[in-house]
Amino acid sequence: MGAVKLLFVVQRPPYKSENPRLALTHALASQTAEIYMDDGDSVVPTVAFVGDGVLNAVKGQQAMKAYGVTSTESHIKGCLMSDVPIWVCKEDMERLGLKEDQIVTDAEDMGGADIATKFVSFADIQKEMETVQHLLFF
Amino acid sequence: MAELTIGAFPSLVGSMSLDFSFKLAEAAMAKGHKVNLWLSGNSVMMAKKGQKAFKDYSHLEKRMKEMIAKGLEITVCEACAEARGYHKEDVPEGMKRASMDWYLAKTVKTDRLLHIGGE
Repeated sequence: MGAVKLLFVVQRPPYKSENPRLALTHALASQTAEIYMDDGDSVVPTVAFVGDGVLNAVKGQQAMKAYGVTSTESHIKGCLMSDVPIWVCKEDMERLGLKEDQIVTDAEDMGGADIATKFVSFADIQKEMETVQHLLFF
Repeated sequence: MAELTIGAFPSLVGSMSLDFSFKLAEAAMAKGHKVNLWLSGNSVMMAKKGQKAFKDYSHLEKRMKEMIAKGLEITVCEACAEARGYHKEDVPEGMKRASMDWYLAKTVKTDRLLHIGGE
């Protein structure tokens, strides 16, 4: 079967439902899924934040202080460190008045990542939706 | 015969989306398809045996047992279950517990994946 591409589309804001966290933890689980797969098979996830979901990528989240739980920011950094691509929709950032310097783009404070968050247009996300084998909406 | 994998995330009581997930799985099985059902998020409520049927609430345990007997492969997210106080000894017969990588791995071989999100 080889590599199967998955796109996780996150449209819910953080801390109002479990969905964004579940999207990120499921995407991260791709790193260990091979224990259930045949040799040569793999899953290749990308996480795209759209709509109010782009708020998940705002940096400086204080979830541990406010709620006593890990932040979606830390999960995004975990994804970047595991080479899981993170995409954020440019049009939705603009709609919410968010600038690129307000978004999590790296994991420097957690040891660094080889990849960085990409700011993409919705057209790019839509194109990816049509390309991947499976689409998962959160 | 094809293989369908359903990732179900809604709660048992509330949106009726979990009912839909089971109905769809049952319909696919009736047509001879293999169905894998992943329960994560609030849908891990299904990982508690001995649920009482009331007419005011959705009740899926009986249907689930019948479907397991017919070959439904059903696995619940271990972390989501433990976080809600559903332990290994609570799991209904025939249901497995695993981490999220079980669901990800199923996406490789399945013919169709249907992801039914939570509330």
